[in-house]
Amino acid sequence: MIALLIRDLKLAFRSGGGFGLGLAFFLLVAVLVPLGVGPQGGTLARIAPGILWIGALLACLLSLDRIFALDFEDGTLEILIPSPLPLEGAVAVKALAHWLTTGLPLAVAAPVLAVLLHLPASGLPWLVASLAIGTPALSMIGAFGAALTVGVKRGGLLLSLLVLPLYVPSLIFGAEVVRRGAEGMAVGTPLAFLAAITLGSAASLPFAAAAALRMSLRQG
Amino acid sequence: MMPELGKYAGVVLSSWGLSIGLIAALLALTLWRGRKIKRALAEAEARAAEARR
Amino acid sequence: MSLWEYANPKKFMQTSGAVLPWVAGLAAICLGTGLIWGFFFTPDDYRQGSTVRIIYLHVPAAMMAINAWAMMLVASLIWLIRRHHVSALAARAAAPVGLTFTLIALATGALWGAPMWGTWWEWDPRLTSFLILALFYLGYIALWQAVENPDTAADLTSILCMVGSVFAVLSRYAVNFWNQGLHQGASLSLDQRENISNVFWLPLVISIAGFVALFVTLVLLRTRTEIRARRLSALIARERLA
Repeated sequence: MIALLIRDLKLAFRSGGGFGLGLAFFLLVAVLVPLGVGPQGGTLARIAPGILWIGALLACLLSLDRIFALDFEDGTLEILIPSPLPLEGAVAVKALAHWLTTGLPLAVAAPVLAVLLHLPASGLPWLVASLAIGTPALSMIGAFGAALTVGVKRGGLLLSLLVLPLYVPSLIFGAEVVRRGAEGMAVGTPLAFLAAITLGSAASLPFAAAAALRMSLRQG
Repeated sequence: MMPELGKYAGVVLSSWGLSIGLIAALLALTLWRGRKIKRALAEAEARAAEARR
Repeated sequence: MSLWEYANPKKFMQTSGAVLPWVAGLAAICLGTGLIWGFFFTPDDYRQGSTVRIIYLHVPAAMMAINAWAMMLVASLIWLIRRHHVSALAARAAAPVGLTFTLIALATGALWGAPMWGTWWEWDPRLTSFLILALFYLGYIALWQAVENPDTAADLTSILCMVGSVFAVLSRYAVNFWNQGLHQGASLSLDQRENISNVFWLPLVISIAGFVALFVTLVLLRTRTEIRARRLSALIARERLA
């Protein structure tokens, strides 16, 4: 299991795709929005939580199809199915690797971009916390979506169509945490919901994703 | 016969028109595809029966 | 294709063929009565004026939009557990119907909202969750069309339907929470059940019955078509082999 994790991490770093690209995309979103909206600090501060969360969401989406696609093409997935490691575990590890290479860096980089968007300093810790708590759910849901579309040629667009509606609850609660944090209100409730979504998807979606993978591969 | 719709006539009529139009389109599409598949299936069955003979 | 596989669809074709004219007739009668009654023979609401006539389309369509998803969920579960092909095909057949009803509910709601609330669109919990429901329908239909092997497509869409249901409910409550949290101003209740008077009630109920019958008719028709399409592709595949 750990070997698989290390292998996935190595692959992600070596091909340079997910890691750098997601972060660069996140940065671009945060830079482009002020250019489009205009430089008024007040407006930016108000929409900053939503922008940062949407940026994180899209950055996450960018590298989703890589979770299974490479392993599907070179046949690694077919070896994983009969292996002693349960496929559910393998899926969870792959989602974890995806999170470590996209979600975690995003959470770390977010404060810098938040300053660019004039987010009040009181919101910064909650921004990091909400991203750190919320993005694992994004990776896990994304792994499920990737498992559904692994056998589909040119599944990228379909993957976004399937996954984005599933991101809605995380997005609402995550942005709400930051907004309330920035305005100095209590953040406990949305944060708890956000954590509940993450834990719930981490607990149940590996099974759904593994089932979907087995079904996709059975057709041969 | 037409009821007096007052100042909201446009809104009411367009929502009825839109809804009935959408349902009619769905129904037409359903029937059209149903007919098409039915005909194609009948032809294929006939071909299969001929091949068996 | 084994005999057993064909046995169930065959029985379904017989039964549905016998039932179909009756359901279609019921749909026509109920829709005709309810809608004509509602449109021509009901008075204006004292507050909403003639826009109250939209209710005979809006409420039934919205109800069936949700019920269609529930029916797809049940059919998907039956497919995953019992492997009845008809069940999977019925779920597939229901999706476009549900999407159409969702669109009708959204469109009539927007048209109704324009004069009543002074806006076409409001990020009200109910409105937002219907928009999300429409996205779920789109994704479901797209997945059915993208996967080539029909059994795999049935499997994958069933799982998507299950997971999607959970997340649809979650979104519903998430949106609710968010509106109660900050946007206190938008206290728009769409639920007229409380204050609807008897004049509007009866034609509305008849319209709802008509929409249910219409849904059943459409799903039966489409399922029959899907079954024929499966048979057709099986025959064509066999021809190619021979």
